[in-house]
Amino acid sequence: MMEALTPFIAPFIVMNAVLGIVTYVTLLERKFAARMQSRIGPYRVGPHGLLQPIADAIKLMMKEDVVPTAADRPIYNLAPIVFVLPCMFIFATIPFAPGLGVADLNIGVLFFLAVSSMEIVGLFMAGWGSNNKYALLSAMRAVNQVISYDLPFIFAALTPVLLAGSLKLSDIAAAQAGGAWFIFYPVIGQLAFIAFIVSTVAAENRAPFDILEAESELVAGFRVEYSGMKFALIQLGEYAHIIGSSFLGALLFLGAWAGPGPEWLDPIWFLTKAMFMFLVVTWVRWSFVRIRVDQILALSWKALLPFTLLLLIATAIVVVWRGPGV
Amino acid sequence: MTTVSTTRQELDYAGSERLTMNMGPQHPSAHGVFRAILQLEGETVVGVDAVIGYLHRCHEKLAETLTYAQYPSIASKTDYVAAMTSEFAYVMAAETIGKIEVPKRAQYLRVITSELQRVASHLLWLGTWCLDMGGALGGGATIFLYCIREREDILDLFESLVGARLLYGFYQVGGVRYDIPDGWATKCRETVDLIDQRINEYQRMLEENPFFLVRTQGVGVISRELAEDVGISGPLLRGSGVAYDLRRATPYSSYEDFEFNIPVETAGDCFARYRVRMVEFRESLRIVRQALDKLPEGPISSRPGLKSVAQTRIPKGETYARIEGARGEVGCYLIADGSAKPYRMKWRGASFSNLAVLPHVIPGHKVADVVAIMGSVDPVFGEVDR
Repeated sequence: MMEALTPFIAPFIVMNAVLGIVTYVTLLERKFAARMQSRIGPYRVGPHGLLQPIADAIKLMMKEDVVPTAADRPIYNLAPIVFVLPCMFIFATIPFAPGLGVADLNIGVLFFLAVSSMEIVGLFMAGWGSNNKYALLSAMRAVNQVISYDLPFIFAALTPVLLAGSLKLSDIAAAQAGGAWFIFYPVIGQLAFIAFIVSTVAAENRAPFDILEAESELVAGFRVEYSGMKFALIQLGEYAHIIGSSFLGALLFLGAWAGPGPEWLDPIWFLTKAMFMFLVVTWVRWSFVRIRVDQILALSWKALLPFTLLLLIATAIVVVWRGPGV
Repeated sequence: MTTVSTTRQELDYAGSERLTMNMGPQHPSAHGVFRAILQLEGETVVGVDAVIGYLHRCHEKLAETLTYAQYPSIASKTDYVAAMTSEFAYVMAAETIGKIEVPKRAQYLRVITSELQRVASHLLWLGTWCLDMGGALGGGATIFLYCIREREDILDLFESLVGARLLYGFYQVGGVRYDIPDGWATKCRETVDLIDQRINEYQRMLEENPFFLVRTQGVGVISRELAEDVGISGPLLRGSGVAYDLRRATPYSSYEDFEFNIPVETAGDCFARYRVRMVEFRESLRIVRQALDKLPEGPISSRPGLKSVAQTRIPKGETYARIEGARGEVGCYLIADGSAKPYRMKWRGASFSNLAVLPHVIPGHKVADVVAIMGSVDPVFGEVDR
């Protein structure tokens, strides 16, 4: 009986866990940013503002749902769902501890990368369907940016894959057992990690690469016309994508669930490492000014893409020469 | 009952790929209510049409209805970010026509307040400019909140001096309204030292940040010729290689007593204007320190004991008084007819003249540069529209 129900129960648990994490990660980010900016951050709702995310969620649910008259209604209404689905699917392949996950595919990394770049479809639908010039410009920028940064993102993520010799996420985690994390792999590990961080920041559309949101130029970019729950879904999708990428980064470079203590601590270690990845990205976000669209593209095609490609080739040579593993 | 038309406007793309986009009057990056109608080809701006006037409050007409004692408090509302300077220009015009002496102590107090005001104004500029480039949800907000923190210290100083934090009414014809309270000078010195130190931090934070450099260097170049043709003033003019500062060119209010440098940059881009203002921070703080050291004893006004607002009468005459505000030349053209109110008054707002350079500079840049350039011009729309 249990065996038959697992395919239904596991995704349900994972999805709710993800929703919970995403909700509270917003509070973590706001508190962290507040510390950086010598402020206090949310404080009023609950002790130390701990109920703030729940208050925000209730507020968003109660907001009026405004649809612009000139919007392309089917596309406009469908866009948040199309946007949020791939952001949720990426959690499907992530094993949160040995054997604890929805589906440990043998092409896990490939699935993750393929699905995470699908969000661009929803994003462009939102930009186009809103029939708003700011949203359209933002959608245009989004396509430019996501396409440019998916390649370096994939190449950076493939480096650990080569080192581990498998696309299966649990195998990659197992290859780093015993403290041999790929970030500690001489030279290649660190370079790939930096490239991974840069391209995740860009692929997640976070500052300094948040040109599609760019509220000082494009007001709010592709989501300018969205309100209420539709806005909340887009927000949810973005944060889920960030958390998903953080988990992937922690798995590829930081040894996944490896850590001292008994076995039941594994998921907590994994979560801690993912939060560390998230805070690195947040730290970058709150310290840099945004760069221009042409500069972003130049950075990707002229620097990051050749760099990650060379790194991948170098890794391949090293792996052939020394054999897989650290 | 009217029905909302649901027919769609078909976009006309025949023969043209241009997109007309309204930036403003309500826009997150507009420093007030400014509307720029941008013609876009993709991301590139090919034409810009600037629309102003959304904040017009009939200041010049209002000045004709208020006495010389009343208007300075209203004058601070033209440029509300640097309120001290507009008051200063107005009282200086009245004093020139009436040949009214200003005691040395009042002159020094005027210098202290207007230099502190320049620092406060530049702090707000730095914060909002980085906010424009970095976003309210990014690194720009961090710098902005730091700058606001320091500006707050200066506003605290003004509050203990005048009782107001934004619009002061501190200057009056013949002197200033209040003397500094006990312990104010010490507190002022502490604040000045703190800001001096923090400015260095911001400079390191920004200039060692390659993203900031690529966003500002070579962006929005105003050539020396263009600067002189359009008639811009203040940090913009000095960023384009013209060493012109009214505090040095036509010293007023004892500015000749102080040692300070006029920063000049020749590049004319956003980064040059930023550099000029960063040096001006230090120079202003230097002037404040000197003025506090040399502050003479004596009365703070040559016309004490004002019994009624109509008591200040200015004899017949006309003049143009100008001072170096935070954004450039703030001028006040005043015609007096011998009564207690001016016959006619005309403002020359620095932001208004500086804004005229935008249509010459913006075309050819990307949309993201528009906000960087507009921020580097540092317009305050209260002063543009008056």
